[in-house]
Formats: sequence, structure tokens, C-alpha cells
Amino acid sequence: MLINVPETVVADALRGMAVAHPELAVDVENRVVVRRDAPVPGKVALVSGGGSGHEPLHAGFVGRGMLDAACPGEVFTSPVPDQMVRAAAAVDSGRGVLFVVKNYTGDVLNFDMAAELAEDEGVQVAKVLVNDDVAVVDSLYTAGRRGTGATLFVEKIAGALAEEGAPLEAVQAVARRVNESSRSFGVALGACTTPAKGGPTFDLPLGELELGIGIHGEPGRERRPMMTSGEIADFAVDAVLDDLAPDSPVIVLVNGMGATPLLELYGFGAEVQRALGARGTAVARTLVGNYVTSLDMPGASVTVCEVDEELLRLWDAPVCTPGLRRGC
Amino acid sequence: MTAPASPEPAVDALFVRRWLAEAAAVVDREAVHLTELDSAIGDADHGSNMQRGFRAAAQEMEQDPAATPGAVLAGIGRILISRVGGASGPLYGTLLRRAGKALGDAEEVAPEQLREALRAGVDGVAQLGGAAQGDKTMIDALAPAVEAMGFALDKGASLVDALAAARIAAEEGAVATVPMLARKGRASYLGERSIGHQDPGATSSALLLGALADVAQDGAL
Repeated sequence: MLINVPETVVADALRGMAVAHPELAVDVENRVVVRRDAPVPGKVALVSGGGSGHEPLHAGFVGRGMLDAACPGEVFTSPVPDQMVRAAAAVDSGRGVLFVVKNYTGDVLNFDMAAELAEDEGVQVAKVLVNDDVAVVDSLYTAGRRGTGATLFVEKIAGALAEEGAPLEAVQAVARRVNESSRSFGVALGACTTPAKGGPTFDLPLGELELGIGIHGEPGRERRPMMTSGEIADFAVDAVLDDLAPDSPVIVLVNGMGATPLLELYGFGAEVQRALGARGTAVARTLVGNYVTSLDMPGASVTVCEVDEELLRLWDAPVCTPGLRRGC
Repeated sequence: MTAPASPEPAVDALFVRRWLAEAAAVVDREAVHLTELDSAIGDADHGSNMQRGFRAAAQEMEQDPAATPGAVLAGIGRILISRVGGASGPLYGTLLRRAGKALGDAEEVAPEQLREALRAGVDGVAQLGGAAQGDKTMIDALAPAVEAMGFALDKGASLVDALAAARIAAEEGAVATVPMLARKGRASYLGERSIGHQDPGATSSALLLGALADVAQDGAL
């Protein structure tokens, strides 16, 4: 691995972000990444965070049109509330802060604590929970579905609405609508390597793939002999559309998990397009790339979000972040 | 109410600091066991997380000792929240922070106030985690313990005896999680496979209440 020691991986990366992106204020010691022009007067602020290892999520999505601040935790471990409270105080213009939280118990609890503490300090806080992963059974008897690729859609679209000056309730409402309209499914061709462990998190023999994975090297829904890109696309699209059944066009994220070359990812994107078409789903926009990753895991995920004209307009709005950039 | 047989320990700032020290020691001793329980149905870090948090709390409270039992508890809670991360940081932090808040700024509190404070803390945990008794969580040790403590105090028991009853209820509550199906936290992803394992959070909760009972017992000698 290209590291110094496991203990400083997150801090080292933040130091590098500070060098590469002077438009961001990177507080390495307190682990908070903030838009340099924050607080933006009159704007609702978006704050997200989570374990590290999913880059560019979340710190790479800080900038105009998306997040105002991000709080990176240890690798695959939720950040602590102090980070979110500090971030909220740094970005609140007085119109309130929306916390974008992926649905994992640790993330949920730490953000809940942070919301309580930030409100004690006079910051108005609203939350949106992202839980788009159809591979997990969602019931009263589990912690619920995991938050994965839809996090990008939520942060982009809600960020665009906030940039237009919408109030906190409206930004929260659109964020919820995006989450409810989104579903994801991921596959792994191998495990990832955490810095602390220094080896693969699970054994996946060559020539097999794991279907229905999360973004922390968790086990998937089932293991099968290797399939072609087209077969995997059909499987993923079926899993997603069996759950969502969209009537309107969708935005598609064809997301690499960290170690799959763009050459393969674009090919997979074409197969996803074909599979969606075969099921009668119109595709309004497609984004292909490594956005919500799992360290060096080879594999990909498919996220679709059913959109109307408003959501599509917000998706198309300018965004100026290290990880997602257009119209700047 | 009859007079207790032995002098009752004063529930003041020193008492709570001694509880923290004892809790940190017990967590140190049991860290490996807690992590083993967590590897079966979680992500194998409960012992090390608790160890990191309680060590930090013990260290910081030594440097900056607060003057009231409420302030000490709230302070420990804040340190746990700031240091642990994951799910156990906010949950244990809330337990102690809420309990500390409930004690207000009295320099010494009565057993009944301690019970009310613990109840407030447990309510805070249940609210934050959304768990009820039977979900295979900390609540399965904490709720019966507070109930047992209250029952004993209502019957005129001493603080020492009431906390001894709380400890037994917590330990029984932790063991009772073995046949339960997990409905909250990471263990819930396992569904039926969570059955047959003792919940690590209920186990560490019982350890903390055991430390409290020990400190009361020692203070009464």
C-alpha cells in the first residue's frame, strides 16, 4: 500500500487535499473540510461525513452546488459528533444546516448526537437518511438498508436547491425525495484492503464474484461464478428495478468501487444502459466513474434515481467540487 | 425507612470519579472478552472502543476534576462521545450525559436522585438507539437494573443493597440476550444467525453497573 503508517492515513490524505484544493479549508487536526467561502450568506448549508475509504465521497464533494462541509472518520468508522458540530458552526449562515447521513448505526447515532449539540449552540439542524441499497432486507427487524451510491444524488440535487436559496424545509424535502426515488445494487470481483489490516477483508477466489455488496467489504447477497459485464448489468438492473419500478426517466450512476479500470466501467455502463432499455426504463442522464468507493475493491455498483423536471434541472445545475465538476 | 446497617456512601463527585476509575479498570480487564462477543455478531471492536473511551475519560477527569457528581458524569459522557465513534460512543455518552444533567449541580445527591438520574440516562439511550427491551441491546441489561434499583429503594433498602440488586438484574439481563434475535445495530443484519450469542453492549452495560455496585460497597465499609 502507498502509505506511511496506518494510523496517519486519514490525516495524510487531508494534508494532500489541502495542497491540491486551495479552494477548500482543510482542518487536518479536527478532520473537517469546509468550502472556503462558507458560510455563504442566505444559503442553507449541507454537511455530510462518514468513514474514510469511500473517496471522493464525502470531502471530494465539498464546493459550490454540493456540500458546504464534510467530516471524514477513520477508515470505515463513523466520525465523532465534535466534527459535525464544528462543521455546522463553520458553515451555518443562520438559515440552518442539513445533515446528509448514510444509514449505518454508528453514523446515525453520531449525527443524531451532533444535531442535538449543534442545536444547543443555536444552529437549526435537519437531517436526511440515505438508505438505497436493495441488497439488504429492509424491515422493522434490521438496522435497515445501507446508504451507498444514492448519497451522491442526494448531495448533488439538494446542494443545487440550497444554492438557489431555498429554505431548510425545502432542501430537506428534496433530499428525502431523491433518496426515496433511488435504489442501488453493487458487485465485487474481489475484496478490499484496509490499511489497519494490510490484507484483504475477505477471501474471494479468482473467477468468482460477490453480488449485493456494501461499501465496507461486507458480505453480499450471494456468491457466483464469474459472469460477463452484460450478465452482471442484467442482474444489477433487475435487482434495482424489481424494487423501484420507475414510471419516469431515471438518472444512472455507474460507479466503480475503486480498482475497476474506467475501460471496464464504461463498457459496464453501456450494458447497464442496454439492460435498463430492455426493461423499458428511459435514461435521462448517466454518470460513469469512481465516486462512492470501497478502498481498492474491484467491482461496480448501479444506482438509479427516478426524476421529474425539477430533479433533472437540479441535477444539471453547475457543481464545482474536486470530485464532481461541471458548469464552473 | 429504617436506618441502614452500615454507613451509606456519600454520592458526591469523588464517588462518581471512583466509579469511573473502577469502570475503566473493569473494561480494561474485560476488553478481549467484549471484542470476542462482538466478533460473533458485530464488527469485532467493542472492547477496544470501550477501552479507548474509558481510558481517555479517566485520564481527562484526573487532570480536570469536576466539583459535582452531575458535572463529572456529564463530563465523562462528553469525552466518550468525542473519543469513541461508532455506535457505542454516542450510546454510552448519552447514558452518562443525561444522567449527569438530571443530577443538576448538587454537591451530594440522595440514592433516589441517583436512581432517577440513571433512569433518565437509560431513557436517553433507548430514545437515541430506538431500542426496547428484547431487541438484544444495552437496554436489556440497563432497564431491568434501574427497575431493580428502584424497587429496592422503594422497599427501604440501602444504596449499597439497591445497587447490588441492580447489578444482579443487569447481569441476568445480559445473559438473557443469548436466545434473542437482534433487532437493532449491526447484529440485526445477521437475522437468525444472531441467536445464541450474548450481546456485547448488554455485557458491557452489566460491567459498568457492577463497577458502580462495587464502588458503593467499598464506600460503605
